[in-house]
Amino acid sequence: MNQTKYVSSESRKTAYICSKEDLIANSGICVLFGDAQIAVFYLPEENPSVYGISNWDPIGKANVLSRGIVGDIGNELVVASPLYKQHFSLIHGQCLEQEELAVRTFELVLDGEDVLLLC
Amino acid sequence: MNSTQGKKIVVIGNGMVGHYYVEKLVEQSAQHLVTVIGGEPRPAYDRVHLSEVFSGRNPEDLALTTREHYKELNVEAHFGDPVESIDRDNKLVKTSTGRKFSYDKLVLATGSYAFIPPIKGADLPGCLAYRTIDDLGAIRAESQNATSAVVVGGGLLGLEAANALKSLGLQTHVVEFAPGLMNQQLDQRGSQLLRAMIEELDVQVHTSKSTQQIVNGDKSRLKMLFADDTHLDIDLIVFSAGIRPYDNLAKDAGIETGPRGGIVIDYHCRTSDSDVYAIGECALLGNKIFGLVAPGYRMAEAAVSQLGENKIAFTGADMSTKLKLLGVDVGSIGDVQGATDGAINFEYANEKRQTYKRIIVSKDGKQLLGAVLVGDCSDYDTLLQYYLNGIELPEEPEVLILPILSGAPTLGVNALPATAVICSCHNVTKSIIVEAMDAGAMSLAAIKEVTAASTGCGGCTALLKSVVDSQLSERGVEINNHICEHFTFSREELFHICKVESITSFYVLLDKHGIGRGCDICKPTVASILASLWNSYVLESDLVGLQDTNDTFLANMQKDGTYSVVPRIAGGEITPEKLGVLADVGKKYDLYTKITGGQRIDLFGARLNQLPEIWRELIDAGFETGHAYGKALRTVKSCVGNSWCRYGVQDSVSMAIYVENRYKGVRSPHKIKSAVSGCTRECAEAQSKDFGIIATEKGWNLYVGGNGGMKPRHADLFATDLDDKVLIQFIDRFLMFYIKTADRLQRTSVWVDNLEGGLDYLKAVIIDDKLGIATELEQQMEALVGRYQCEWKTTLESEEKLKRFRQFANSDAADSRVVFVQERGQKRPAQDAERESLELVS
Ligand code: SRM
Ligand SMILES: Cc1cc2nc3c(=O)[nH]c(=O)nc-3n(C[C@H](O)[C@H](O)[C@H](O)COP(=O)(O)OP(=O)(O)OC[C@H]3O[C@@H](n4cnc5c(N)ncnc54)[C@H](O)[C@@H]3O)c2cc1C
Ligand code: SF4
Ligand code: FES
Repeated sequence: MNQTKYVSSESRKTAYICSKEDLIANSGICVLFGDAQIAVFYLPEENPSVYGISNWDPIGKANVLSRGIVGDIGNELVVASPLYKQHFSLIHGQCLEQEELAVRTFELVLDGEDVLLLC
Repeated sequence: MNSTQGKKIVVIGNGMVGHYYVEKLVEQSAQHLVTVIGGEPRPAYDRVHLSEVFSGRNPEDLALTTREHYKELNVEAHFGDPVESIDRDNKLVKTSTGRKFSYDKLVLATGSYAFIPPIKGADLPGCLAYRTIDDLGAIRAESQNATSAVVVGGGLLGLEAANALKSLGLQTHVVEFAPGLMNQQLDQRGSQLLRAMIEELDVQVHTSKSTQQIVNGDKSRLKMLFADDTHLDIDLIVFSAGIRPYDNLAKDAGIETGPRGGIVIDYHCRTSDSDVYAIGECALLGNKIFGLVAPGYRMAEAAVSQLGENKIAFTGADMSTKLKLLGVDVGSIGDVQGATDGAINFEYANEKRQTYKRIIVSKDGKQLLGAVLVGDCSDYDTLLQYYLNGIELPEEPEVLILPILSGAPTLGVNALPATAVICSCHNVTKSIIVEAMDAGAMSLAAIKEVTAASTGCGGCTALLKSVVDSQLSERGVEINNHICEHFTFSREELFHICKVESITSFYVLLDKHGIGRGCDICKPTVASILASLWNSYVLESDLVGLQDTNDTFLANMQKDGTYSVVPRIAGGEITPEKLGVLADVGKKYDLYTKITGGQRIDLFGARLNQLPEIWRELIDAGFETGHAYGKALRTVKSCVGNSWCRYGVQDSVSMAIYVENRYKGVRSPHKIKSAVSGCTRECAEAQSKDFGIIATEKGWNLYVGGNGGMKPRHADLFATDLDDKVLIQFIDRFLMFYIKTADRLQRTSVWVDNLEGGLDYLKAVIIDDKLGIATELEQQMEALVGRYQCEWKTTLESEEKLKRFRQFANSDAADSRVVFVQERGQKRPAQDAERESLELVS
């Protein structure tokens, strides 16, 4: 299993979270970063191709968003919660069905074989 | 109750019309003291659908009301005690047990009875009538010891009775006095074709036969002797030689009746005694008896209105009919004999297709006067609307009945006037539907509920739907069937595209025929289509991102993000050894264990990363996946059947196991459930399943379209006494046809209900192969079945796929949110409040 390690890229700090091998094209996986569960989605056709949001589904109240289906609604990249199917934006974390809800987002980059988190 | 206004109203007869009268009366005013006296031992029931009891419908389902309901309405009701006499001077009626009821207004709704011609011997045992639920019971009982039966009378009801006898497995004959069948509704040519088609169904028709005498038989139970010196050996005789109104009460009381029977009424349904009304099939208006329910209902409304402010008249009714007799479509509108002066005829006959259509048009070619349809009733609705609404015919009216070779104009429902009656059973006009929609009823279901349209005989279903659809589109409500914003196609269309273009990838389909990136609606739908077409492994890398989480992880996600494990237990049969394995696995992984409603065992609370280990143990012990997660065949429940049960007539367990193993893994628009019962006691509840199988002495009865769940629906009897081979053949075709044409997430129940042409159409496709696709359907199913794999087994063989089953890609830690508490000796997810207190402790 990969260890979390810190590397610096340009001015911002980055953290290695997993390798490209761990990703699943057009779908999501989950990584643990400290206490945070990050749902990581890999969309090879998009730019950027990796997206990170919190794995916590505030409506279903469980850590499951990484296991939802990704796609777009009105051109907004989203994941649908596997529990009750609400959509969350992969870009802003906004819930499309409930305006007052949003989940935390994480900025990720794919650097060669590494998936890095911009801290 | 306000006694100064309320009147004592006694209704004699609790048939369809009498009951309708009471409902309308109570609706209009709650002030009257209403008493109902029914001659039959049970409250009103749906006589029109009586024959369905022979094809499996429960007699109780025919009930139109209950004793309790009358109580709620404050209506006093007595059953099984017919009225014997009316004392008009004292305004009293007396029943056969001597009870007396006084009235201010009396309503006769006594209907009619089956006429038994005065033939010597017509009262021998084995001679029966067909009119009531009790008659049904008698016919059924007598049929047990009979092999052949005859219906005397080749009219509409007679042919319906013949169908009933045939469905009881009897060799069936029809004897008609006149030279042709259904003389009242058909012309000569139509009647001949009908006869030919009925004879093809192995019903023997004898016309121009006058029965002289019935005697005890030698070869059979009875023998009918005809005037032409011929005879017929037969076990059972059912009379359907016309109906006669129950007018004896009126006649005895000195109320005017017609020379050939019937209680004479005026436009207000009043008899010659202004305090006595007559409605329904016992009433005679202008020398006519109206032997259909719809006119009876109109009379009831008219009679009720006489007690209120706005008086309605009943001036007669249209007697056009459309029906299916012994599987043959027959339609009859207006002047079928073309008796009107100067009438012009147009006929179209097609011997190959066995159809005959004729329209009778007015001298100036503008109005439709009548029509006869045999073998194909698809033009009935349109023709009836032309007829009823006096809509001007097209220049060349024959286009209305010619086959669509060059695009014949159909009468757009937009062209119908607001007054056009769409549902004649409940007198619902186009304007009533439009009003209901204005008031917010925007779906077919809502409109049915508000207006009652289409809840009677059901004949108007297709027309109602087109009216509603056209109104919706007029209102700018787009009635598109696009599955989502990414595809402008329905599921059925996507299925065809994938098939025709041999598409095996969602992304290829999206590229060629869609827009955007797809979503959680179209992705699983297409995944299911691809699975139904090619049945490849659902976690193929191209497919994995399309699946709902349950399919992705081959398990059902629970509320806390853990999963349940449901191995297949085909037919619910399991050895003690295998039970032990489930017990061991449950203990080892601390899983909550429960027997499901589907006769198998569910193990709950597995963490994502535990799924592969658990499944490895199960598969090693000989289990396979139960597809509890997939839109696929779920369970085939069984009863213990004739291997143990003293009533069982077939081996239901073996059949259930066979069926479950045959269709396991087949992906479909929604889940599919089945069950097999070993006899009619139906312990496996097969009639609540998408397809249900019930053993008979001779084989299996197949039911389709059942559903438990949110909107329960009893399955419809589809075919009877099938042998194993034909049973499976029909199920193959049925399932494949469903898979190809249903909408996404549409259970078979809803699909069957929405099929245009309904069950009959489905039978035509599956049993008679009307579309010529039966072989193709069977081959497709064979291919799917042949490509079955246990997805868990395949998954366990691939390290690459197992990667997916890690809670975290970068850590072995467990999800700290998943917390359990104990209850009744097992674990369950902690509730929010419990979680908080647990967190406080830790
Ligand atoms: C486990 C079980 C309840 C139990 O503890 O007994 C169950 C559990 C669920 N049912 Fe069920 N149903 C179970 C038998 C039934 C039955 C009874 C039967 O099959 O005889 C019915 C009514 C029969 C029917 O389907 O017509 C039933 C009607 C439903 C429905 C309503 C379907 C409908 O058409 O109205 C849903 C919702 C749906 O599928 O959209 C549903 C959906 C579900 C889901 C999948 C809901 C969900 O998404 O979490 C549940 C998850 C199952 C799991 O986690 O394993 N379940 N469910 C039963 C599993 C049977 C099995 O062995 O596979
Ligand atoms: C097999 C069959 C199929 C049919 N199919 C169709 C169809 O497809 N479409 C259609 O429109 N019509 C159809 N009909 C006709 C339809 O059923 C009748 O038009 C309708 O039932 C008439 O209703 P009613 O209330 O006037 O008479 P009924 O339904 O006959 O009810 C009269 C009731 O009054 C009772 N009664 C009689 N005398 C007394 C008394 N002295 N005291 C107390 N009670 C008494 C009778 O027992 C009976 O229960 C069919 C009929 C049959 C038998
Ligand atoms: S359905 Fe019939 S055969 Fe099956 S268990 Fe029940 S009674 Fe016995
Ligand atoms: S016409 Fe019978 S239900 Fe509408």
